[in-house]
Amino acid sequence: MKRKFYCLVLAVLFTVLSACGNSAIQSTTKKEEGSSKKDGTIKIGALLPKSGVYASLGKNLERGMALYFESIGWKVAGKDIKLIVEDTEADPQVGLRKARKLIDQDQVDLLTGTVSTAVAYAIRDEVDKRKMPFLVSHAGGNDLTRSKRSDYIWRSSFSSWQIGYSLGQWAYDHIGKTVYIAAADYAFGREVSAAFKEAYTAAGGKVIGEVYPPLGTNDYSSYLTTIKNADADAVYAFFAGSDAVKFVQQYEQFGLKKEKKLIGSGWLVSEDVRKQQGNAGVGTIASIFWDYHLDTKENKAFIDAFERKYNARPTIEALEGYDAARIIAEALEAVGGDASNPDKVVEAISNVQFVSPRGPIQFDKETHHIIQNMYIIETNLVNGQAENKVIEVIEKVKDPGQ
Amino acid sequence: MDIIAAQLVNGVSYGMLLFVITCGLSLVFGILGVLNLAHGSLYMIGAYVAYTLTTQRFENFWLALIIAPLIVAVLSLIIELILLRPTYHLGHLSQVLLTFGLAYVIHDVTSIIWGSDVLSIPLPPFLSETLHFFHQEFPAYRLFVIVAGVVLASCLWFVQEKTRWGAIIRAGLSDKEMISALGVNIKLVFTVVFLVGGYLAGLGGVIASPILGLYPSMEFQTLILALVVLVVGGLGSIAGTFVASLVVGIVETFGRFLVPELSLFLVFALMAVILISKPNGLLGKKVMKH
Repeated sequence: MKRKFYCLVLAVLFTVLSACGNSAIQSTTKKEEGSSKKDGTIKIGALLPKSGVYASLGKNLERGMALYFESIGWKVAGKDIKLIVEDTEADPQVGLRKARKLIDQDQVDLLTGTVSTAVAYAIRDEVDKRKMPFLVSHAGGNDLTRSKRSDYIWRSSFSSWQIGYSLGQWAYDHIGKTVYIAAADYAFGREVSAAFKEAYTAAGGKVIGEVYPPLGTNDYSSYLTTIKNADADAVYAFFAGSDAVKFVQQYEQFGLKKEKKLIGSGWLVSEDVRKQQGNAGVGTIASIFWDYHLDTKENKAFIDAFERKYNARPTIEALEGYDAARIIAEALEAVGGDASNPDKVVEAISNVQFVSPRGPIQFDKETHHIIQNMYIIETNLVNGQAENKVIEVIEKVKDPGQ
Repeated sequence: MDIIAAQLVNGVSYGMLLFVITCGLSLVFGILGVLNLAHGSLYMIGAYVAYTLTTQRFENFWLALIIAPLIVAVLSLIIELILLRPTYHLGHLSQVLLTFGLAYVIHDVTSIIWGSDVLSIPLPPFLSETLHFFHQEFPAYRLFVIVAGVVLASCLWFVQEKTRWGAIIRAGLSDKEMISALGVNIKLVFTVVFLVGGYLAGLGGVIASPILGLYPSMEFQTLILALVVLVVGGLGSIAGTFVASLVVGIVETFGRFLVPELSLFLVFALMAVILISKPNGLLGKKVMKH
């Protein structure tokens, strides 16, 4: 009797474990009335996580898209725009199923979205085979515009390489000659830190050690004690979301902040985590492709519009959604609202260029990846609040594509 | 040498953090025989309520430490009276399903109320200071967690072993009918134990969340940690849970220090080894054959 129960406990433990792996909650699919293609409507399918750990990223991407489409009255070339959002749960299998649903059942003209690179990889072949234009609005895995490149996949967000590489030379020139690398142990964390390492060692710097705590690590104390006792000038870190809050706070609490400069990717001190870190993030140097305090008139206009509509600061994901929506709208405008030929649509996407809130952007026709400015930002204390400041601009950063 | 000592302190503080998270689950499981899969959810409610109290109401961590667990205790009282009580005669599986379902309901309700953003709880100034020893630095809050864990363990041990209430609880565990025949209201005992378990879950939420943070799906991560500690320590033993928390905390900390490549599954490997060598867990009770 008891032994049976014991087995039951173990069985439950593993069920919970596996359920958590793909962020458990199922959510109901939005019902869309009718599946026939009506004339005069352009349907855009957005694959975004609306549940699980990436839920807030998905929400902001959707907000950004809605904000832009609203500014053009949900109309392009005389046709109505209809945005259909599906929840990928950041799970590749669910993502593929939802992509098929959008293509077959809703008969969308274009796909956009995916926060998780794994989801983007999972739908890559389907999109390629079905000739469905797919504008990637967040997922940053390098290979999507390298070995997994497709005629129909274009990316308006960033690549891991752009994020990591852009800080390498600057860190060597201004921060120190030796670093310790700490990054979350998943494809993105590893790609970003590899790109940083590439640029930093090419500049002449030396990487003293590397450590990769699992995604969602609770307690960084052990890693931090190791790093503290290593002889490095600075620590390059890649963490995002709740990991970034925990890491940056514990970095200060364990006394590393006054000995070793903390540098990393912009997600370490981004809008969604900085307030929760208190003042722990002050002094951090990071590289990113947009910041709230970027001082341009395009950015001011975007921030004003966003804050008026949602009564909250936009995050970088909101900006990504806003830009993706504009690229889609301008491409559709260029083909006169006729999305029936996917080759013409992607051709039009490749020609889109404008000055975004993040600075001037255009596509690299070779790699299908965006060419954009990268910014070095520093977190300062302004009126008792931690705020970022752009201290250097690296113009027109282009992914090498291999 | 200093770095080893520092890692030991890290390990002990992480272990005590695990104990604070797990003790409520262990208590309820040991005495009621109910595997409460909503334990992580109660933990999460404790953390979120503490967040609201510290950032929007009183801006006082200590008040939150007192009030938030009480709110969770009231909630678990309602759960026990309305949902759990009718299932006692139905067997373990229905309780597992009930509490697991409850976990999903609470997940959605909390994300409606508190949203899906990452949050954190501000600490009182003297707890956010850094202390120096072994030529290393430690956050004062980590030492507070160690103290809290030890105090909690002593209280639980004292109540269970040295008081009349503890005697009734232990008696109820071994023979329900007999203790009822002796004039003890066993239903009341169960209700009180579940309420205390909920209180401890809420307390765990308040104490652990300044370190672990608040974010969507945190309750499932916490539940996994707690279940691992529970299985390693042996089911139904507070002492076992205490020892297991320390072992898991220290092994995981030193594992991350010595072989960081293995950190992802080290704690599960430890669980597997213990289950093979001591199938009842470290201090688990003997398996009785009926």
